[in-house]
Amino acid sequence: MSTTLEAPVAEPLRRQGIRSLGGRQWLLVSLAVLVLLSLVRATTGATDLTSDGTIEAALSLSVPLLLAGLGGLFAERVGVVNIGLEGMMILGTWFGAYGGWQWGPWRGVLFGILGGALGGLLHAIVTVTFGVDHIISGVSINLLGAGLARYLSGVIFTGHSGGGATQSPPGKGAISTFDVPLLSGGWGSPDVLGSLEKHHWFLVSDVAGVLRGLTAGVSWLTLIAIALVPATYLFFWRTKLGLRMRSVGESPLAAESLGVPVYAMKYIGVIISGALAGLAGAFLVIVGANYYQEGQTGGRGFIGLAAMIFGNWRPGGLAAGAALFGYADGLQLRQKSAVHGLLLFVALLVALMAVRALVRRQRVQAAVCIVVAVAFALWFSLSSVVPPGIVGFTPHITTLLVLALASQRLRPPAADGVPYRKGGAG
Amino acid sequence: MTVDPTDPPFAVELVGITKRFPGVVANRDINLAVSRGEVHAVVGENGAGKSTLMKILYGMQRPDEGVILVNGQEVSFRSPTDAINAGIGMVHQHFMLADNFTVLENVILGSEPTTFGGRLDRAAARRRILEISDAYGLGVKPDRTVEDLGVGDRQRVEILKVLYRGARILILDEPTAVLVPQEVDELFANLAGLRAEGLTVLFISHKLDEVLRVADAITVVRAGTTVAQVKPADVTPRDLAQLMVGSELPTPETRESTVTEEVRLRVSAVSLDGDEGGRRLLDDVSLELHKGEVVGIAGVEGNGQAELVELLIGLRTPTTGTVNLGPDDITDWPTLRRREAGIGYIPEDRHRQGLLLPSPLWENRILGYQSRRPSVRGFWIDRRASRDDTRRIISAYDVRTPGCDTPAFALSGGNQQKLIVGREMSGDPSVLIASHPTRGVDVGAQAAIWEQLRNARSAGLAVLLVSADLEELIGMSDTLYVMLRGRLVAKLDPSSVTPEALGSYMTGATTALSVEGAQQ
Amino acid sequence: MTAPTVRVRGPRRLDLSGVGYNAAALALAIGVAVVIGGLAVELSGHSALHAYNLMVQYAACNTAGSGGDPCTADSVIDIINRAIPYYLSALAVAIGFRMALFNIGVEGQYRLAAVITAIAGVEIHLPAVFQIPLLLLIAMAVGAVWAGIAGILKVTRGVSEVISTIMLNYIAYGLIAFILSSYLSGNTSNNLSSATPNLPAASQMPGMNRIFHDLGLLAPHDPDQISGFLVVIAIIGTAFYFIVERSRFGFDLRASGINPWAAQAGGVSSRKMILITMLISGALAGLVGLPYLLGQGYNYSSEFPANLGFNGIAVALLGRNKPIGIAFAALLWGFLERSAQILDLNNIPQEIYVLMQGSIVLAVVVAYEIVRRAKVRRAEREVAREVPEALGGAVEVTA
Repeated sequence: MSTTLEAPVAEPLRRQGIRSLGGRQWLLVSLAVLVLLSLVRATTGATDLTSDGTIEAALSLSVPLLLAGLGGLFAERVGVVNIGLEGMMILGTWFGAYGGWQWGPWRGVLFGILGGALGGLLHAIVTVTFGVDHIISGVSINLLGAGLARYLSGVIFTGHSGGGATQSPPGKGAISTFDVPLLSGGWGSPDVLGSLEKHHWFLVSDVAGVLRGLTAGVSWLTLIAIALVPATYLFFWRTKLGLRMRSVGESPLAAESLGVPVYAMKYIGVIISGALAGLAGAFLVIVGANYYQEGQTGGRGFIGLAAMIFGNWRPGGLAAGAALFGYADGLQLRQKSAVHGLLLFVALLVALMAVRALVRRQRVQAAVCIVVAVAFALWFSLSSVVPPGIVGFTPHITTLLVLALASQRLRPPAADGVPYRKGGAG
Repeated sequence: MTVDPTDPPFAVELVGITKRFPGVVANRDINLAVSRGEVHAVVGENGAGKSTLMKILYGMQRPDEGVILVNGQEVSFRSPTDAINAGIGMVHQHFMLADNFTVLENVILGSEPTTFGGRLDRAAARRRILEISDAYGLGVKPDRTVEDLGVGDRQRVEILKVLYRGARILILDEPTAVLVPQEVDELFANLAGLRAEGLTVLFISHKLDEVLRVADAITVVRAGTTVAQVKPADVTPRDLAQLMVGSELPTPETRESTVTEEVRLRVSAVSLDGDEGGRRLLDDVSLELHKGEVVGIAGVEGNGQAELVELLIGLRTPTTGTVNLGPDDITDWPTLRRREAGIGYIPEDRHRQGLLLPSPLWENRILGYQSRRPSVRGFWIDRRASRDDTRRIISAYDVRTPGCDTPAFALSGGNQQKLIVGREMSGDPSVLIASHPTRGVDVGAQAAIWEQLRNARSAGLAVLLVSADLEELIGMSDTLYVMLRGRLVAKLDPSSVTPEALGSYMTGATTALSVEGAQQ
Repeated sequence: MTAPTVRVRGPRRLDLSGVGYNAAALALAIGVAVVIGGLAVELSGHSALHAYNLMVQYAACNTAGSGGDPCTADSVIDIINRAIPYYLSALAVAIGFRMALFNIGVEGQYRLAAVITAIAGVEIHLPAVFQIPLLLLIAMAVGAVWAGIAGILKVTRGVSEVISTIMLNYIAYGLIAFILSSYLSGNTSNNLSSATPNLPAASQMPGMNRIFHDLGLLAPHDPDQISGFLVVIAIIGTAFYFIVERSRFGFDLRASGINPWAAQAGGVSSRKMILITMLISGALAGLVGLPYLLGQGYNYSSEFPANLGFNGIAVALLGRNKPIGIAFAALLWGFLERSAQILDLNNIPQEIYVLMQGSIVLAVVVAYEIVRRAKVRRAEREVAREVPEALGGAVEVTA
């Protein structure tokens, strides 16, 4: 029996939150992934695993997920669950297409943002002012968003060339793209990365391919979207308003008792959330397709949400999630056989995780990892193609696995999803 | 802020404050005058309207009538921000802290130092926090996560939050409720330090001895209105009680022992592991409950009492060890089976674990009795019999309600608790697990609940009583254990132990080894 | 000292009884939707009054009476038939809502169940008396298994069923594509089609016109059949009512929804309840696609009706998760869909009904919340009036 004088509070179980990785760790992890990918590419001959074309496709497929995920982050950081992201994204596609058709791409982007923000405002009114359950409001907004887009298309797009009840006329022009000079041949410089990639040297060509994919033919809107990741981080963790907004998601009582206007913070967060979802929709229309089409969002709002959960409610992790999901999609689009190579990659990756778990003596986790790794290895060796439907739900399965295996480590904001009424403090 | 002799004498003055809620007048014609630089206590029993009054003073509620003067100036607070700007700070009874934030973030929230463009200036904030912490001896570490802090530390963070905002008037709402006597002493030393710096402290409490110790002046609130202002030197605790509730306060004394030799519940070497290899929540706990015995468990909250209670009612399964009810090994029994076998349960938090708040009282009566008459007949709920039996409880336990169809949330805390006690007794239990049975209820309900427990005990009920109210524990228990870090560290005789001595065991300052009757 | 605020959260709110207030809330919500829909029609350059007039007239027409040109089918029968899947889907959602469990995955559950049942219906050859119940059981089993995954993830790993059911929806879509392509590629006769073969007669659900005709409710030779599933949903709806409102299981269910911690302390095993409820919800969801599969389309293809699951959520909310309320809500949905069809012929976009459905849900959840708050205030006032001494003049309430 110890005789210390310190107050014996129960030491709270320090949940092992997934800490945000530092810059060096990010680099290390990325490099490890690349090495593994190169290995698989070299052994299977699935060249598109690391080709610039795949990465380019992956990038443009990731951006809407990234933006939707950031949208989810803004809402959930102020404590409002936003299942309505999908509906807001639909509004973004419709309004984006309308703006693009009438005035050109940048105006389209603006309209898309406004359309999404409108959905966000509605969600804020219903959940914050009226205190309706967040899930119910979100589901309703999804229905309403789809209904509104359908109705408006019927009224406004029908009868114009290329337009109809389910499709908009094409937009005026597109947002310009650029190649980074010296690396990917921008401004008439030699395409260094491109030539390196052609040699299929182990790792070197792979890195070149990935980098070229990231630096050639990049849309300005993509660049903006990527810049939003660090910007979001700096906003939430380095500014006064960011701290106040986060406090509302963690403990609205504490925030209110210190004079933080809880409702205002929630409104700001949810409206920005809608705006980002709208931007995600606009990106689909303006960079992806140049026209609106019913069902264009294809559940990407939900995958954005999944990316956010995958990323543990942090911008960096969320970006990694969006990249992962976008990559699986991009690969599928480029070379179906390469997807098969991915099975080997997953098997190796999970095997590494098993080793790590063993070192940390987490036996159960290690066992699960080994079983999964073996399963993927078997799948790889016993089949020659991966059926198309299955790649489509990679993000969804991944999300379920992350939630099932790591839910104790996830740290959503403490008051996430809890309706709050003013004057509740005390 | 300097004290100018021409300043009005009162730091805070409330005149004729009235506040109504739907159907209720929470505060009626409140008058309160607090001199500068004093510790002014506001006493009243639970539900007397103290908290509403303080919320009004802190801008969280607006009065329907009346005037608030701060330093002689009339003010009208629309939000806590206005109160903060007027130099008022509040330390809430339930700490207002974001667990996932660091101390620094919690402290600066709402008054953040910034550099250009709204960028947080963490360095400046850290300097300022350490400065204040040193000045008042609070010992606060700015970069720890609040989640990792104990109760006393959290309270000091709350006080620092208030000081950080430059408050000259501090409101402390029931600050000693969660502290052991030793921590109370530390708090009072801190308060003395604040007063020495010229700060005014409003101290809300219903613990009369503490109030008499620390206050310079005392205002008594009863049934929503102020009934007297007195000086501590002029009154005895008995006088204060008379003012507060119109009678003497009920005491939790039990009469002659009714303890028998018959063991009703036996806990043998029970341990409970924490999640993911954390510290053990329960560590080798053994105890016996005899027929007609009240066994008290004392301990600072969070030392395993809640886990022990949940384990006994079947919400947790021990990692090792066994629990016996009479001859039966019930270690693996689910909750319902335990209830059927005669275990009753008064939960710690009645809103969380005791009631279906939006449901009518008669449905609340069914909870825990879904397998027994009169609640059910076979597969179906017996509505009529449930209603009838609820009416019986309402009259037998003096639950003040319009009827058995009233939703539970509409009742006051004391009446909700009486309903729960009545429900748990209606199954004729042989063992009752009572966790903080009189927490937050008014004096009348408290006396009634104590009386019910005493009667049941003489009728042979075995009670496990967990409480933070040391008087209650000492008064009601036949045997008293102290729980610390998941272990029973001392077995004490309630007839000879003082609250101070008990507190000293609870913090680990005194260890059981030096005492007779220590548990092995 | 305990939490001073009476906080009642989630769908459990929809539990307070009292018909008057709720009817008013519902009327208000429909009113809002009518105004929004009307504004939309006006903005598109048509008369809202005219449009609504057309809709109501069309919804009332039947071929036996004097219908007018566009009246090619009995509207009432059509509305009922449209309402049936919504009813099933809303019940599937509602049973979860009653215990604060969000099954957002009805969409995936019914589609997966439908595709497997479509194949089973072709491959299994039994007399209709056995075949149809068997197909119903298969569909319910598939739905239950799919929803059960979310249930298991929740009770064993604490995964929110909101997220898991959404994810399972998309996994189901992928799986359906996979099942369809593998089944059809194995079926050489059907190489070019993306639809399963039509069900044999023994797998087809008979209509109910004869019965209604014998009761004197229907003209003898109405070409449109009232779906035989009307009987199925009548049985399920009645069972739903008695089990949820009157039985011990229903009490456990509702108690878990209102306050899971209190229910647990009262001896309700929340894990068991979550799992059972998810299974029931999934089983009901499995039936959602069958009225179409067994009574109308007879196969599964890309044309198979979608969004029945998501609309079920709306219908359940509108009907306050009670079987009678849901019946009216489902009929309203059917009515809106049916009546809007006439609009296209008048160059008004018929999608107006989707907009109206969306606005109704959003308006109604807000209206019900306002009603709930009003009731809380009323109950508190009543207690204060009748037993003022009980409150000691001071109670902390935030209504």
